[in-house]
Parts: sequence; structure tokens; C-alpha cells
Amino acid sequence: MREPFEHAVDRHGATVLRVCRAVLGPGPDADDAWQETFLAALKAWATLDDDTNIEAWLVRVAQRKAIDVVRGRARRAVPTDELPDTVVSQRLPAEDADVWDAVARLPERQRLAVAYHYLGHLTHVETAELIGGTPAAVRRAAADGLKRLRTVYAAEGMDR
Amino acid sequence: MTEQTDVFPVADTDLSRLRDRLGAAAERGGLLDVAYRTVDTPVGRLLLAATERGLVRVAFESEGFDGVLQALADRVSPNILRAPARLDAVAAQLDDYFAGRRRAFDVPLDFRLSTGFRQTVQQYLPHIGYGHTQSYKQVAESVGNPGAVRAVGTACATNPLPVVVPCHRVLRSDGSLGGYLGGAAAKTTLLRLESAA
Repeated sequence: MREPFEHAVDRHGATVLRVCRAVLGPGPDADDAWQETFLAALKAWATLDDDTNIEAWLVRVAQRKAIDVVRGRARRAVPTDELPDTVVSQRLPAEDADVWDAVARLPERQRLAVAYHYLGHLTHVETAELIGGTPAAVRRAAADGLKRLRTVYAAEGMDR
Repeated sequence: MTEQTDVFPVADTDLSRLRDRLGAAAERGGLLDVAYRTVDTPVGRLLLAATERGLVRVAFESEGFDGVLQALADRVSPNILRAPARLDAVAAQLDDYFAGRRRAFDVPLDFRLSTGFRQTVQQYLPHIGYGHTQSYKQVAESVGNPGAVRAVGTACATNPLPVVVPCHRVLRSDGSLGGYLGGAAAKTTLLRLESAA
């Protein structure tokens, strides 16, 4: 890839963050997965073919990094006494947090289908390769997830 | 897409915080071939870019920052990120320079974007003292090639490090301004700044 890497961050930073938040919940884990995704991308950048679909490639890298973060989380059984120093700034405004909370409460298959297909723009086939199952099942899971999200989110919206 | 940005919001403040962290992490990991940032100055916004060797490019906004970054990607490396830390020193020195508090720059320079005679001329330019000027002809003589007046002009016009490498201190023999990458107004601003201080 001969394009400045900065452009990839410009163009796809938000999409990758949406995917990471949908998979890991909004917060430090999603931030870590985002950073690891772009660091890995930077390492590989110069060797990528110019016709690579960058967005789809980044979303796949993000999926692997999210898995690493989940594994790391499991290994970190003992809580550390070091507190992150930017807790306050990492909290989302209440309104923004609602939708991500609603995503976090989806059944896992639906959540992952929404993350990779709907937010990450991978095809049903590509998403099925990542999360298992058939493309048709991915299609249903994504549709069910969105439907449920619309219901829950609309309901919460009315409560305010 | 509209639904995604509206319903699944990602705040600009979150993204810029993550980007700052990414730049710093890439720097620590030795992955950052070119770091850049912009600074506001009396001659407009300047783009500053540095390799691990030193400052490699200073660009005026009129050059088009996108094109400048693409040229750096083509000629140095596409591993380019906005990462201000590597440019803190030169940014501070530029501040001081434009405030009239500094007369020479003391940062490592990476001349890899120019070669041969052009680079010889550019390496010579910092020897023209602050507040002084020389003609293209005098510069040609100083670098030991008195016939190369026109080539000195080209070397100044293609200076990858304007302001820091002071090609603005080179004028026509008749004292008229001559060309300048950042425009005649910028050249005048720099010369006035230096004569006032």
C-alpha cells in the first residue's frame, strides 16, 4: 500500500471502533482492541496490495484483536490495584452509552452478527467465516439483532 | 450509514484521544517511519514531518497537505501518522523564531528528499545569517559553482525544509524578491520579521 497510513485511520477509525465496542462493550477493552488493530495494520501496511479492501481487512484484524483482549481478560483473574488514569474521560455520555448497552445485552450470535456485518460491513459470507454458522444464519442473526435493538432502544428512548 | 453514525455514535473526542495514543504507541514500537503535525504561524499553517533521522519536510498549506503526505509516502515510507511528540522541539523553536526570540534552528535535519547540487545548496543556506540576505549569484559562488545561478534558483525552489533552511534569505542580484514556494507574501513576512528583530 503506497497510501499514507494516516488516511486509513481517518477513513476507518470510527468503523473499527464501532466494531470493537459492539464486540467488547464500550470502554478500555474496546480502546485496546482498536489500538492493537491499527498497530498490527501499521506493521503490515507497506506489504499490503494496493487493491486490498482496507475496511474489510481492518475489521478482520479487529476480530482477532478482540479475541486476544477477551483471552487477556480471562488471564487477568486477579484484579490489579493500578487504576486507569483516564476513567472519567473514557465514560461515554449517557445518551451514547444507551445504545452500546443495548448492543451488549444482545444474545452473543446476534451481537457478533451486528458487529461484523452491520457495523463492520462484512458480507454475510465473510461474517459467517469469522463467527461460524451459515451465511443464512448470519443474515437472520443480524436482522434479529437489529430488530431487537430497535425495540429496546426505542423503548428506552421513550422512557427518557 | 446515516443510521450508523446517528444510532451508533463515536465521539470525535474519543477518536482523537485514541489517535494520540496510537501515534505514541507506534513511536514507542519503532513503527513510525514518518511523524507529522501542523502548526499555526504568521505565514499560515505549516506541516512538519520528521523521520527518525530528523526533520524531513516543512510544507506550506498552499502546497496541499494531502499531496505532501502522499509524496512522503512515495519517497520515504507510507508508515505515516500524525504524532506530535517527535516534532515538539522544532514546533517550539518555530514559535520562538516567529516571536523574534530565536535566530537559528537547532534540530536534526534529514535531507533525503533532495540530492546532488540541490542538497549542497540547501545545506549551505543556514550559513546565511539571520537578518542577512545573499543573491542567487553569491550563493552559487559560495558553493564553488559560480556559473550555476539558475541551479541555485531551482535548489531554493525545491527546498524541502523552508523557513528552517532559510531559502527566503536568497534574493535576485537586483535586490528584488525572486520566487518562493510559500508565495511572495510569506517571503516578505519572513524577511521583515528578521530585519525587525
